[in-house]
Amino acid sequence: MERPDAPYCESPAIRTLSIYDEVGDSADSTCEIGYSHLELLPRMLSAREPVLLSVVVERTSGLMNRDYAKQILEGSQQAVARLISWLEDEDERAYPFMEELYPHTGKAYILGITGSPGAGKSTLTDKLIRNIRKSGLTVGIVAVDPSSPFTGGALLGDRIRMSEHSTDPDVYIRSMATRGFLGGMAKATCDVVKVLDAFGKDVIIIETVGVGQDEVDVVGLADTTCVVLVPGLGDVIQSMKAGIMEIADLYVVNKADREGADQLNMEVSARIEQDTHIKMSGWTPTVHKTVAVDNVGIKELWEAILKHKDFLESSGRLVEKRRNQTYQETLRMIHNEMFRLIRDQLQENGRLDRLVEEILERRRDPYSTMREILDEWQFFTPKQKEAS
Amino acid sequence: MAKKIKIIVAKPGLDGHDRGAKLLARIFAEEGMEVVYTGLRQTPEMIVAAAEQEDADVVGLSSLSGVHNYFFPKVVELLKSKGLNDVLVVGGGIIPIEDYDFLQKSGVKAIFGPGTPTMDIVSFIKSNVRAR
Repeated sequence: MERPDAPYCESPAIRTLSIYDEVGDSADSTCEIGYSHLELLPRMLSAREPVLLSVVVERTSGLMNRDYAKQILEGSQQAVARLISWLEDEDERAYPFMEELYPHTGKAYILGITGSPGAGKSTLTDKLIRNIRKSGLTVGIVAVDPSSPFTGGALLGDRIRMSEHSTDPDVYIRSMATRGFLGGMAKATCDVVKVLDAFGKDVIIIETVGVGQDEVDVVGLADTTCVVLVPGLGDVIQSMKAGIMEIADLYVVNKADREGADQLNMEVSARIEQDTHIKMSGWTPTVHKTVAVDNVGIKELWEAILKHKDFLESSGRLVEKRRNQTYQETLRMIHNEMFRLIRDQLQENGRLDRLVEEILERRRDPYSTMREILDEWQFFTPKQKEAS
Repeated sequence: MAKKIKIIVAKPGLDGHDRGAKLLARIFAEEGMEVVYTGLRQTPEMIVAAAEQEDADVVGLSSLSGVHNYFFPKVVELLKSKGLNDVLVVGGGIIPIEDYDFLQKSGVKAIFGPGTPTMDIVSFIKSNVRAR
């Protein structure tokens, strides 16, 4: 007696209704019913009553009963996709699965691609994927684009450049919107990287939003960070500034067939030279000229990335780097969750609105309000301890 | 964090007219959706792979070259074969009214022709999208 396959069904709906007759053979009445037909169920059942022995109803309320962690480890793209959505939504259903997946992370090599809007990050990523795939490695891509601060919506366009790889089962591309998170990535980007890592991708590329000078969070997540520059965006002083110019393990001068590419190359090299006088570091960043649309310089870039990877591994820096990242990440996760708890509690009973009104009317100030709220939580914690 | 509707806007086939698709992509974003624009010349396989990886709630197909009767049902069929039965598929573009019935029977939930008020499309999507 075979039960019908119940592949993924993502809405709260009854997926399949299997009706078996008395000898246990599946009657020819296996049917699919959608959510909207739910009200018909009693009628359908009663019509069948004479031969009805058992009714197997597969309930797939949004995959809720499924073991995502197990399915991700077994290679289910859809389980990956849904878990990522939950992580983006800060949906609590995601966390138990993340706990299960965590021991399976730490194997992927994480590459950050950052640079100004239009520098060619997506095109470069596309061509890098091609090179990485040639060496037989699998790739996960997290491509971040900005959310509108006004509507919360987003136009995610990075996939356009990566069409070539969209049906390659060993390439998983996920677009993400920043959802108000600053720093060049989305809040859940680090979680998404972990999911793809556990999913078994060998290399994970994080493509940041088009950044300005100061959105450098990617460096806290990537093993190797490439900063993509293009000619024509400023003079030598720009290349001397802090921020984005400091985080590169490799500089990419993209659109190198354009005027000013050599000049930019020189300026960046000069900065790197200055850096060697200022700070001790075992790694001297390299500069690479590429024309990503024409696939020029990409092979060399990938080889340079691998060189940096070798350096990190042989010098012990990779371990050190990941220790720092884990330290920061642990703190950040605690911070985020505490913030979320306090925010939700304040919003739930409308207290935040009342506080805001009082602050606006100058009947209270935000500083003492902040302290007052924190005091409540500090008071709460030891009390809970006593109780346990 | 409020849940966002994730929608793929795709142009199947060799059709190069993307002005409408781009405008709609922007309108959906203005409505607070997260829009993945896949660009031109997509095969049904590419569109469905994108929908699967992006966990898309909606796939919006645009065709102005007369290939809708092949491509639209093909996308629905591929989605179904992957078990993605609850992804809302809608279409638009230059589609003769006599084809509407066939397309809707093949699982395209709504067809929006030229002149459809954009808010009608938005509200159709919002009221028919799955929960996740």
